[in-house]
Amino acid sequence: MAIPARRDACPTIKNVLLLDSGGRRVAVKYYTDEWPTNGAKLAFERSVFLKTQKTNARTEVEIVMFENNVVVYKFIQDLHFFVTGGDYENELALDAVLQGLSDAVTLLLRGNVDQREALENLNMMFLCLDEIIDAGMILETDGNMIAGKVATHNMDDGAPLSEQTISQALATAREHLTRSLLR
Amino acid sequence: MAQFVKKDDDRDEEAEYSPFLGIEKGAVLQDARVFNDPQLDSRRCSQVITKLLYLLNQGETFTKVEATEVFFAVTKLFQSKDIGLRRMVYLIIKELSPSSDEVIIVTSSLMKDMNSKTDVYRANAIRVLCRITDGTLLTQIERYLKQAIVDKNPVVASAALVSGIHLLQTNPEIVKRWSNEVQEAVQSRAALVQFHALALLHQIRQNDRLAVSKLVTSLTRGTVRSPLAQCLLIRYASQVIRESSMNNQSGDRPFYDYLEGCLRHKAEMVIFEAARAITELNGVTSRELTPAITVLQLFLSSSKPVLRFAAVRTLNKVAMTHPMAVTNCNIDMESLISDQNRSIATLAITSLLKTGNESGVDRLMKQITNFMSDIADEFKIVVVDAIRSLCLKFPLKYRSLMNFLSNILREEGGFEYKKAIVDSIVILIRDIPDAKESGLLHLCEFIEDCEFTYLSTQILHFLGVEGPKTSDPSKYIRYIYNRVILENATVRASAVSTLAKFGAMVDSLKPRIFILLRRCLYDNDDEVRDRATLYLNTLGGDGSVVETEKDVKDFLFGSLDIPLVNLETSLKNYEPTEEHFDISSVPKEVKSQPLAEKKSAGKKPTALGAPPAAPTSTVDAYEKLLSSIPEFSTFGQLFKSSAPVELTEAETEYAVNVVKHIFDKHVVFQYNCTNTIPEQLLENVVVVVDASEAEEFAEVATKPLKALPYDTPGQTFVAFEKPEGVPAVGRFSNVLKFIVKEVDPSTGEAEEDGVEDEYQLEDSEIVAADYMLKVGVSNFRNAWESLGPDFERIDEYGLGPRESLSEAVNAVVNLLGMQPCEGTEVVAANSRSHSCLLSGVYIGNVKVLVRLSFGVDSSKEVAMKLAVRSEDESVSDAIHEIVAN
Repeated sequence: MAIPARRDACPTIKNVLLLDSGGRRVAVKYYTDEWPTNGAKLAFERSVFLKTQKTNARTEVEIVMFENNVVVYKFIQDLHFFVTGGDYENELALDAVLQGLSDAVTLLLRGNVDQREALENLNMMFLCLDEIIDAGMILETDGNMIAGKVATHNMDDGAPLSEQTISQALATAREHLTRSLLR
Repeated sequence: MAQFVKKDDDRDEEAEYSPFLGIEKGAVLQDARVFNDPQLDSRRCSQVITKLLYLLNQGETFTKVEATEVFFAVTKLFQSKDIGLRRMVYLIIKELSPSSDEVIIVTSSLMKDMNSKTDVYRANAIRVLCRITDGTLLTQIERYLKQAIVDKNPVVASAALVSGIHLLQTNPEIVKRWSNEVQEAVQSRAALVQFHALALLHQIRQNDRLAVSKLVTSLTRGTVRSPLAQCLLIRYASQVIRESSMNNQSGDRPFYDYLEGCLRHKAEMVIFEAARAITELNGVTSRELTPAITVLQLFLSSSKPVLRFAAVRTLNKVAMTHPMAVTNCNIDMESLISDQNRSIATLAITSLLKTGNESGVDRLMKQITNFMSDIADEFKIVVVDAIRSLCLKFPLKYRSLMNFLSNILREEGGFEYKKAIVDSIVILIRDIPDAKESGLLHLCEFIEDCEFTYLSTQILHFLGVEGPKTSDPSKYIRYIYNRVILENATVRASAVSTLAKFGAMVDSLKPRIFILLRRCLYDNDDEVRDRATLYLNTLGGDGSVVETEKDVKDFLFGSLDIPLVNLETSLKNYEPTEEHFDISSVPKEVKSQPLAEKKSAGKKPTALGAPPAAPTSTVDAYEKLLSSIPEFSTFGQLFKSSAPVELTEAETEYAVNVVKHIFDKHVVFQYNCTNTIPEQLLENVVVVVDASEAEEFAEVATKPLKALPYDTPGQTFVAFEKPEGVPAVGRFSNVLKFIVKEVDPSTGEAEEDGVEDEYQLEDSEIVAADYMLKVGVSNFRNAWESLGPDFERIDEYGLGPRESLSEAVNAVVNLLGMQPCEGTEVVAANSRSHSCLLSGVYIGNVKVLVRLSFGVDSSKEVAMKLAVRSEDESVSDAIHEIVAN
């Protein structure tokens, strides 16, 4: 039995993908040089998307293996979540990461998990990915913790509690209102 | 927002909703000017950063200048106190990966954040700083990082530890100084801190076996909180087990109890990791396996696909080595054949095929038939391969398996899939004689409706070789001639060749084949016409083209013994003159990679990629090569060719390896030389061999290599005579001699004058094993009994202290150069005695069987009993002499 070289190493993640129902990028993050160019990345995303498109990964996390990678995935509304690990990775560790990611996203988007909502809160999506994996190492797998870290939006201790916050809140509200009226 | 949730797959409409529609790099870079505003609008800045990140994430790239500009603008944002904005600043700095002189600008801001009161700042600043920093800066912040590792806030500690893991790759000496702090963090109460600390500590100490062992010992007794950390510990424990089993001859496996205990952990991740670790232990016993298999079996019926997949994948691997251990799970596996997840279903099927017994085959095939229609080609190929090996395992079941293969051959499928099936059928036809007729008919039916020219021609060729040998060759003619009528020119041409082969082999069919071939004379493709004309004339036997029947068969079935590349160059160089092109003038020497070239050098690919053909073709290739050299053609039958032995270190000026060819009365050294210097051309390359340490050998011939240009391997030969049938041994020292000429790299032309030079090579040796062919026997006991005790020689030897039993076994096996049978070369870990069965053919074609019994005592002294049986008394003695020396 061939023994993979990295089997004593830590569980590592090769990439995390967040695609929409057409297979286009919402937010992706790669942690290895296995896909060196944007073209290679897109090709990988395309083939993962096509391979998993017809499966039903809504109630349970699904799994597929190809090109010596293990990919666990889950679909929520029109968002497709993927976590890729190496051939030898513990499938359940990947599953834990995916679960953490989807839980955190669900919390951050207050249950409205869909592509539009994700794009409108893209900053949170990026922060979320940043809090789950650091250069391939698993940082945190608890969805609540991840969402908690992303959502700290108050001023830091040094800042005066000025009117700025209130005006900002108003601005946010106004923006949301105009956006919904325009549609 | 709910009213906008729309599951519409229409791209255009959906794209309209994107807040980033029509986003342009130029415009966003303009927007980045807001970072310079004296009154920062943190919300707007945050949005601009998000846009920049969006662009980068979509694969957009910034030029160096653009990136620098953005980076400098972003550094201004450290003035803002807004946490959200600061987080985005951290992100974009990481994405821009600034150069070292740019890093200096943000260092102080980040260091300030690292010591801030806000934990979010500290954790993130550490990660950013460690990502962009270099060695010099690291020494400045080292103090803070050490503090952070033991910080009471777990997020901060984790950030520092994870950064440490990354920094260990680039600055190991610095990170190694932190081990006290890391050690403290391993005891942390926070689950993930413990995980990260354990990972880092192990990486710091990974080259120190004792330290790793100590770490594992202390932690397996203590408490490990997070499942991830527990998984790590399991991996480290199995590493310790692997390394210790090599030294530890007796006693129980250390940490096995720990692994088994983990099977009862509450997290599935840990249970699975432990079960997998147990299945992968070296020489795992069935008693050790049982608890692991039991938990994996439970996972098989889990509702979670991930768990089922993990379990079935592991069991599939176990099935390769311990099929009996997995049979208990077969009922659960069978239910997985209908699993929604096709990866799981395929793994289940292939495991079943590996573990199944003969009686279950038919039932299994029935289930698989339903399954095949709804999986992708790549999975089907896996199944086809598994079925092929099953069929070779149970040859009696060929009927149902062959039927299955022919059924799936008729169904839809891509080229790779069809090729896998055809290859399998071909292999079965070769290995199971009973399957030949039905297999050939299946192939015939397949080519009646085959869309792949490659497969059609391959099958036609195979039919031509195998078809005439069947009981009723005439029944294939119809299928073959149909190809001539219906197919494209390539297939028609190969059908014509196949017809000719039938004509040559089966006299009764000859007249009818003639009629068919004559019809082909009017084909509209010239290749088809040419072939038909050629074959009509050769088979016609009027003596004008070929003289005897043997020539005809040689011509039809023999393969071209000239490398195609050489033929091609010769044909290109040939200028149409009065003189005819003479095929014997084409050099037969193989230019590069003798084996690979030779294999593909046939007139057309002779085998359908069937593995059984490979070993013979190696010998064939050498034999042809040697017999093509006049000096060596009288040496008779080649007995054995050794594997190439390197005579130079890797990456030297000239790379030389030697292949030893053993004949009855001669030994030929084939030196494969490669010139690795582009500026040199070597001429008159010879190897001067000093055989003073090989008394029984006398040099009889050398064949120099005329020219050795850069990067084009060539061969030179030296032949020795030795007493007939005697396994003479000796050591030869080699010197490479040549004339070196400078080559102008720009024109590629060599200078006129060369300089003589020589190059010392390593010594080569002829050892006893060179006179032994590795030939396996399928049933050692039968072979042993049939040889009888007449020429049995038994003796005992002390092998002295050895590192391990398996090392001793390998040494003896290599010394004798014989084929280990029935997997007996593998020594179970920790065992104190072992017996090994070997078979081979000794020079003079004498069959030899050897039984070795080894024993080891506490001081690692290895004793061996050697029993030899052969067809010749003197050979049995010779084997003992080999060992005695």
